[in-house]
Amino acid sequence: MSLRRINRITRRTWALSASAVLLLAAYAPLQAATPKDTLVMAMAIDDIISLDPAEAFEISTGEIIGNAYERLIRFDVNDPSKLLPGIAKSWKVSDDGKTYTFELNAGLKFASGNALGAEDVAWSLQRAVLLDKTPAFILTQFGLKKDTVKDRVRATGPLTVVIETDKAYAPTLVYNCLTAGVASVLDKKLLMSKEVTKDGVGDLGYGWLKTNYAGSGPLKIRDWRANEIVALERNDNASAAAGKSKTARVIIRHIKESATQRLLLEKGDADIARNLTPQDLDALAANKDVKSTATAKGTVYYFSLNQKNPILAKPEVREAFKWLVDYDAIGKTLIKNIGVVHQNFLPQGLLGASKDKPYKLDVAKAKALLAKAGHPNGFKVTVDMRTAQPVQGITEAYQQTLKQAGIELEILPGDGKQTLTKYRARSHDIYVGQWGADYWDPHTNADTFARNPDNSDEAKTKPLAWRNAWNIPELTKKSDAAAQERDGGKRAKMYQEIQAEFRNSSPFVMLYQQTEVAAFRANLDGLKLGPTSDSTYLWAVSKK
Amino acid sequence: MALSVQRGLFATGRFAVVVALTYLGLLAVTFFIGRVIPVDPALAVAGDRAPEHVLEQVREELGLNLPLPEQFVRYVGRALQGDFGTSVLTTKPVLEDILATFPATLELATVGIIIGAGFGIPLGVWAAVRRGGLVDHAVRVMGLVGYSVPIFWLGLMALVLFYAKLGWVSGPGRIDVAFEYSFDRTTGLMLVDTARYALSSGEWDAFRSALSHLALPGALLGYFSLAYISRMTRSFMLNELAAEYIVAARAKGLSESRIIWRHALRNALVPLVTVVALSYAGLLEGSVLTETVFAWPGLGLYITNSLQNADMNAVLGGTIVVGTVFIALNLFSDALYRVLDPRTRDTR
Amino acid sequence: MSGESLTQWLLSDRPQSRRQAALGRLYGGWRTFARNRLAMLGLFIVLALVLLAVLAPWIAPYSPTVGDLGSSRLLPPSSTHWLGTDDQGRDILSRLLHGSRVTLFVVLLVAVLAAPIGLLVGTVAGYAGGWVDAVLMRITDIFLAFPRLILALAFVAALGPGIENAVIAIAITSWPPYARIARAETLTIRQADYISAVKLLGASPARIVLSHIMPLCLSSVIVRVTLDMAGIILTAAGLGFLGLGAQPPMPEWGAMIAAGRAYVLDQWWVAAAPGMAIFVVSLAFNLLGDGLRDALDPKAVK
Repeated sequence: MSLRRINRITRRTWALSASAVLLLAAYAPLQAATPKDTLVMAMAIDDIISLDPAEAFEISTGEIIGNAYERLIRFDVNDPSKLLPGIAKSWKVSDDGKTYTFELNAGLKFASGNALGAEDVAWSLQRAVLLDKTPAFILTQFGLKKDTVKDRVRATGPLTVVIETDKAYAPTLVYNCLTAGVASVLDKKLLMSKEVTKDGVGDLGYGWLKTNYAGSGPLKIRDWRANEIVALERNDNASAAAGKSKTARVIIRHIKESATQRLLLEKGDADIARNLTPQDLDALAANKDVKSTATAKGTVYYFSLNQKNPILAKPEVREAFKWLVDYDAIGKTLIKNIGVVHQNFLPQGLLGASKDKPYKLDVAKAKALLAKAGHPNGFKVTVDMRTAQPVQGITEAYQQTLKQAGIELEILPGDGKQTLTKYRARSHDIYVGQWGADYWDPHTNADTFARNPDNSDEAKTKPLAWRNAWNIPELTKKSDAAAQERDGGKRAKMYQEIQAEFRNSSPFVMLYQQTEVAAFRANLDGLKLGPTSDSTYLWAVSKK
Repeated sequence: MALSVQRGLFATGRFAVVVALTYLGLLAVTFFIGRVIPVDPALAVAGDRAPEHVLEQVREELGLNLPLPEQFVRYVGRALQGDFGTSVLTTKPVLEDILATFPATLELATVGIIIGAGFGIPLGVWAAVRRGGLVDHAVRVMGLVGYSVPIFWLGLMALVLFYAKLGWVSGPGRIDVAFEYSFDRTTGLMLVDTARYALSSGEWDAFRSALSHLALPGALLGYFSLAYISRMTRSFMLNELAAEYIVAARAKGLSESRIIWRHALRNALVPLVTVVALSYAGLLEGSVLTETVFAWPGLGLYITNSLQNADMNAVLGGTIVVGTVFIALNLFSDALYRVLDPRTRDTR
Repeated sequence: MSGESLTQWLLSDRPQSRRQAALGRLYGGWRTFARNRLAMLGLFIVLALVLLAVLAPWIAPYSPTVGDLGSSRLLPPSSTHWLGTDDQGRDILSRLLHGSRVTLFVVLLVAVLAAPIGLLVGTVAGYAGGWVDAVLMRITDIFLAFPRLILALAFVAALGPGIENAVIAIAITSWPPYARIARAETLTIRQADYISAVKLLGASPARIVLSHIMPLCLSSVIVRVTLDMAGIILTAAGLGFLGLGAQPPMPEWGAMIAAGRAYVLDQWWVAAAPGMAIFVVSLAFNLLGDGLRDALDPKAVK
């Protein structure tokens, strides 16, 4: 069919394409680099559900609250065992170890202009306990309850705050808990003016603070659009002690895809990228415009064996699993740059953390142990795995090494919350998970790995030991004792013992400790990642 | 009453009943299946660290302890009053969330379908007319590439080439950070909002930035739908060009271009409209992979995120929107059939 | 029949029996198909794929599930590994070959399940009109708007993870577009003269729909189905993250692509190999589909 008028189609299509190209050319993309006075960070922030420090407990929100609010005390990012003044200029504990007194700095103000005094501090702590949201346990574990907190936590002067605990805890434990986000100081006057009363009960500004700001930190929260952006601005009312923000604005863009973060960083549309994969970090190593910084994070990854499964409950089987992980290969490849092989439940940097690494890949030894347990030919077992990296890669590698000893591992993939729901219901065989320190004290991890006060199905708390049905009355007592030991040296030794016992007999196959990495443009200065989510100070970063 | 008026009322009544039942059916299926999925929504709100009593409190507030049918009735009752519940993840009313995310998807999908249909239909006609020729094969291969290559791969490659290496377009996101807060978002459609701002202030930079950010993801979706639309156009055109009336028209001496455009294509329009409508509706559903790669805060990401966290209010809200889109587009194309092709009119 | 060759018998203008007429039509269709070189190419590729899938365990150079994490991870294509290795050190070519079985199985099963349902619903709705049409179309709308991911999660909960359940889930949500297309075509031909003629002859509505309308809609649906083949694999890949899909270490192509996503920028071969394979399958079925379409078209010149 040769048709001359077909040229009409040809012409029409060309015309359309030409006009499209012209349209595209009519605008040129604007200057790519980010504005001089704005810090732009690409980070996955879809975990934020609330901006209220009494409620927020996610990694992203932790970081934002760490920059936007102040607390009584903070720790030195370079040496977390050192405590530094925050709002409090000095503090002491009574001889019986149950009364803490804090003297505040004078002349402090909130971003709103309201004065900051002991009344605000006491009220903020009381509020956290009264609202009793997820992070409240950090404070309530010291015996602060809804009906007693108003007496136990009080302002005894315009600049003096007193906190009474129910037992004599290790003072470092109490101080470290007060550096956590839940102990942030809020603007009482502002929040009470936004309070909503329902059925005669005031909400203490809870409804309003979910999406707003009432703090005194170097950066104030200007806007939060869920799964899109968080905008922070310099707080001109911040004290010198709190810190003056080096840039006028900090914009955090929600970018989920690592490749996209990398492209933005390479092009200069983002100053910092926080969630890059090992391969993207490798590729950026050659880029002169990009540098990176890394910090050991208080997060540990593990496989756990449900003790409700009779085969997995056998001590030889538990040990065999620990000899079947190819720690070396995983360390060199799957977690390169983003983690370090670690075989203890206390991450490096915490008091008493052990560096011992007794396990390595030894198939023969594992087979012998399995034979001793009565399973010379292996057995079948399932693992609930999150379809996220590097967890997925590590599980697949584990599947292969387990096979060498005859253990058939069936992988049940699922999304994060799916697998978590199953885990909390104790209906798994093996689970691959992670745990991040809630505050910078060893009790935070001991509390969950080495304590199981109630192993029944109706238990009120579900520590990781409970989730794997690991019944450990003796170890629980030891962990409790360590939490109350006031001598630092003795305390460290107690945790060493607990970790040794844990390595031998626990159903946890500890894998690695996370290294948090941030890649940033070379013209940035002052970016340091803290060991906890709330100790990365974006306000200290400057752009040349 | 006149017979035609009676018929009209009956048709409208039937229409209303059926549409209402559709919504109810969609909601019911989504709701009941959603409530049995193995994810605990309280985890999304309170997190994994929450003590058991906090989780129980959350479950109470979400009404999860009531029997399922009662929960459903409560939901429908509130929905009829315009209250679609609160999203557990964003703590805002679901309606507000949807009004924020849907325009992003709408803008992207519209650009995509304009490119897809605007280029796809002529290309498909061309391929059908020059059947077996180079153009036909080129269109086929191009279409297949667009259809069988994973969209995240195309997206990332496009970003690497056009954004990172060549700098022809702006990168991921809807607008440059510098303009993020410089104008009012009233409609949520970037082009519209920045244009209004530009008209009132004379500053066109924000508009240009929005356009530049829209170009690549829009072109990607356009290419995707172009692949499909061109193939289907070719198929429908081949059907028509083989008919006897074409032979007769040629015998009558009509020009080729008239035959192709005013007769063959006209008759192929009915199924073609279906195809374009289906494509558009598919794009409006939001492509979660495109939105992830291009950091585009649209409906696809919203629904997927909510689903992963068992945020059923948000999922149901999103489903209602998607359902409305499909129903509306299908009804619209049904009406369009009757206009375009008398054979489809009901003569009974 | 004696004295005539088989070919002449099949192509006879005056068939002696119904069976002879039917076989004759089939043969005529085959000849049209065979004359189409591209369609034969498509058929050839499909048969080759099936052959490779069947012979995979014998021709694959390495194991598809065992890899050396420490030393052979993410190797680029070379003479030892023709398509390179993936992030677990496994040979990609071997995985591709073994995975072809699963993938082809999934694709064909979904197509075979979804297309007839869609065709039936569409033609019945288009022909019947009125209430039946309205109800069926709104049911189609429900399935179109229903979020596939919810179904996937529910299936995982009820039936457990795995690729077989993925097939059912995808099939359940894939038929609506076929129904819409079939209905659109039906609307344009239901008032045609030849339909009225058959009605006058006393054909029941069922017969009209099944024997007369459906075959005419078949060609468009076939084109759409062959286009969808690649989409089905990619959809299965998209459901994998919820557990409804291939369980590791199964080398299903969609799962391989999903895994290769993290390495797209630097280790492009991890996603490129299964991507290329999907493209080839898509092309083959597309050519095949076009050929079938032409062969089945009763108005085409034989």
